[in-house]
Amino acid sequence: MMGRTIFIDPGRCIGCQACVSACRECDSHRGKSMIHLDYTEPGMSVASLPSVCMHCEDPVAPCAEVCPADAILVTADGVVQQADTTRCIGCSNCVNACPFGIPKIDLQAKLQMKCNLCYDRTAYGLAPMCATVCPTGALFYGTLEELQAERPGVQVADSFVFGDVVVQTGVAMVVPADKVQWPVPGGLPVVEINGRDVR
Amino acid sequence: MTATDPAKAASRPVPVSIDPSIAPPGTRNFRDAGGIPADQWHADQNGETLVPTHCCFCGVQCGMYLRVDKGGKVFGVEPRNHDINRMRLCPKGINAYQQVNHPDRLTAPLMRRSRDEEFKECSWDEALDFTVSEIRRIQEAHGNDAFGLLGGASLFSEKTYLVGKFARVALKSKHVDYNGRLCMVSAAGANKLAFGIDRAGNPFSDILLTDCLLIAGSNVGECFPVMTQYLWGARDRGASLIVIDPRETAIARTADIHVAIKPGTDSAFFNAVLNVVIAEGLTDEAYIAANTTGWEEVKKTVAAYPPSRSAEICGVPASQIVQVARVFAGADKAMAWHARGIEHHSQGVENCLSVINLCVATGHIGKPGAGYGTITGQGNGQGGREHGQKSDLLPGGRSITNPEHRKQICQIWGIEESELPGAGTSMMEMVWQMQRGEIRGLIGICNNPFVSLPNYAVVKDGYDTAEFHAQFDFFLSETAANAHVVFPVTTWAEDEGVMANAEARVVKHNKAQEPPAGVRTDTWVICELARRLGAGKHFDFPGSREVFEELRVASAGTVNDYYGITYDRLDETGGIAWPCPSTEHPGTPRLFEDGRTYHPDGKIHMQVVEWHPPMDAYTEEYPLSLTTGRTVAHFLSGNQTRRLGALVEQTPRPWVEVHPSHGFRNGDPVRVVTRRGSEVFPALVTEAIRPDTVFIPYHWPVPTSANALTIDALDPRSKIPEYKVCAARIEAAERVDEVPAPPTPPGREAYPETQVSRTDPLPPTSPQGRGTAERS
Ligand code: SF4
Ligand code: SF4
Repeated sequence: MMGRTIFIDPGRCIGCQACVSACRECDSHRGKSMIHLDYTEPGMSVASLPSVCMHCEDPVAPCAEVCPADAILVTADGVVQQADTTRCIGCSNCVNACPFGIPKIDLQAKLQMKCNLCYDRTAYGLAPMCATVCPTGALFYGTLEELQAERPGVQVADSFVFGDVVVQTGVAMVVPADKVQWPVPGGLPVVEINGRDVR
Repeated sequence: MTATDPAKAASRPVPVSIDPSIAPPGTRNFRDAGGIPADQWHADQNGETLVPTHCCFCGVQCGMYLRVDKGGKVFGVEPRNHDINRMRLCPKGINAYQQVNHPDRLTAPLMRRSRDEEFKECSWDEALDFTVSEIRRIQEAHGNDAFGLLGGASLFSEKTYLVGKFARVALKSKHVDYNGRLCMVSAAGANKLAFGIDRAGNPFSDILLTDCLLIAGSNVGECFPVMTQYLWGARDRGASLIVIDPRETAIARTADIHVAIKPGTDSAFFNAVLNVVIAEGLTDEAYIAANTTGWEEVKKTVAAYPPSRSAEICGVPASQIVQVARVFAGADKAMAWHARGIEHHSQGVENCLSVINLCVATGHIGKPGAGYGTITGQGNGQGGREHGQKSDLLPGGRSITNPEHRKQICQIWGIEESELPGAGTSMMEMVWQMQRGEIRGLIGICNNPFVSLPNYAVVKDGYDTAEFHAQFDFFLSETAANAHVVFPVTTWAEDEGVMANAEARVVKHNKAQEPPAGVRTDTWVICELARRLGAGKHFDFPGSREVFEELRVASAGTVNDYYGITYDRLDETGGIAWPCPSTEHPGTPRLFEDGRTYHPDGKIHMQVVEWHPPMDAYTEEYPLSLTTGRTVAHFLSGNQTRRLGALVEQTPRPWVEVHPSHGFRNGDPVRVVTRRGSEVFPALVTEAIRPDTVFIPYHWPVPTSANALTIDALDPRSKIPEYKVCAARIEAAERVDEVPAPPTPPGREAYPETQVSRTDPLPPTSPQGRGTAERS
């Protein structure tokens, strides 16, 4: 896991979309948000979950690996950048490769767009816009030690299992303390819904 | 794992630990975290400047920077590390700057001689002269009180002071009130009765120190989003969270106890909780004996509310009542915060008093981490009534019926006591008076009653009956569209002034840009009207600064003492909580630390509370409770937020929340019928609401206006309308009513982006709204 990174705590999220609005304000992609808010149990609960780029570390950024134009750069400190506009050919390979469903193609511009951890800010020690404004701390930017100092007993996961593949990420997710089993299920197969075993 | 770049890691300073009593967890000062100080971040890059100010919307009053370009125009926002919010902002705050240079802004006065005519842009002189001649005509024919004034709690305190002074000194009318009347006057009334002071007892930061937090009738996550960080911070330290709300809101979802109470039964609930506290011997008898009056009567009353009885009234399990009593009273330090959910009732004052009784009886008052708070809806909900904008108050919270107080103010204003009118009526009552022809002319300042008052048909009738109506606003609101004259005034970013947030912390807003040509400050317009009415010598104010100086003096020595607060001090600090009697005084963030209240005897006056049912009776025809509230993307009547693209996209239209037991599917058109009328909304089917209750957010005008359905019954003491409960039924409908686009001001094209969202409402079957689908 990177030194300073984003920690996502869905338990705190109030679905306010401040993160979405803040992301739109970022100078590198003004007007477009690179963060998505998902509602996990519509009709059952108001629970919501923000998705940012997870900045995969191992295997190193599947999106970057499959990019035929070598447009997606991974920086030395593990930040997976948005595709370089001078190289991107808008082929959507990255969209298909990402296990978390993060990159999007701007159909009009035929360019890929994704979260780059507000590199213009984080490189200078500032937090990304989303984690700066998030009123609840559902998005937290800092080190694991800082997070644990503020939220005693908090447990995080940075490994996600998709079928047979384990993906280790630069961004981590807060998981219930009594359910820490690394790696946590990141995709299919689904084993549990609302506490019910559906295997 | 990829290692961090060692060079970069070395350059990052070690984080400093944060004092929990002042800084919410999850927050840090970026100066401490290294890198570019937040206030130089963009300035370094583009030659732009950052102007420190606060959000114009809710009562949290988050600090923010407005980004101003080289040409002096506001074009963006940057988070600000202010004490209150520590960089946090909600989506409204982030998008607020977009209204400053919005194409819908009014930039010339609009005028018409009758409502059948179209508006025409006119000169300031024409608009002012016409308004003054109408005031004269009406007052000469029907007396001074035939002309009324309605202010707003989004105005800076200086302007609310001017509104009160203008009504009494220039208009010489007793009819002045403000839209904070629809906000937290019930809490104000209760606090005044119990403690002799009208404000929250504790600062937000006390939430971090508490062991038990009780939130009654507040959807904090959507209405006060930035306060959530304090809630979650308290929970990190192990505090228990009790939420009383008919809906499972985002904070209720993770609460230790969520009491899904039936709307309109709050005081029965709190009486029962106190009943259990007494029965289990959890009262703080020593505290009660030393500091209170009225306890014996309260005790006697709550004896009639055993959990079994209240459980039936409130529709909750009796065991929950017992549980709440044990957790709240058993905590070392406990706090109660409440909002419109318990205040918007015909028994709003009683509901608040029942919460106060619980806090006092358990000794949870006046200590770090123990006390009570009221969550204000509007930015200046607290400050807006402190200096004489409310019909019964004079500056400094003085009573207009108290001879002593009247004398003091007349001296400051330099008028004869005989000239000072008496107490007027409340906002809703003024509308009824307009219907009856008792009030024939009205000026409205930054309010939008066509959306925000209950029972729209009555409101429309009242305004239509008025012979003359002028409105101040920066967008053509639904109410302004009914006026004869519309004065285009400044936004919050084009003027300076103070607001008091929900903690009674006074903060200063700064001017970030010059107003567009043709736009004037409200201060200028009020003073100019006063001059033309012949009261110019009392209104010789070049700007907010001078008004604030008079306000300080006018409040000196009162409970709401602002004397020690100056613009310079506010610029240097993160805000100062009143009372602040001298310029050396640090302000009073926490009340009653010495055990004394603001009653002459220094005691807390506990008040007897009896529950009575809501005004609108349930019958077979109207079996359900309709309750209303807000959504995080929009603010009050929506006049401001319904024009901002991102917020429109986030929540384009209202909906009705219904329990699955009614058999509707998501998106089905549902007709909601009350005794006031009926409207059709798309259904949001969710288990997060009681089966006997339906909910509609109220930010939209007719034909999808929640307030076309709500009842205009008032609390007899606070005169707050009973928005939060009325009897209703639901039935299947053919199609959803569409929200009309707001009127476009003459001579201007509509903002193309927002126009698209407004005229392209989602198809009725499309899932939308809170928690139903991905909308990103
Ligand atoms: S800003 Fe925070 S609380 Fe709001 S939706 Fe985003 S992650 Fe959730
Ligand atoms: S609306 Fe309230 S919570 Fe949101 S940014 Fe403004 S002051 Fe803060």
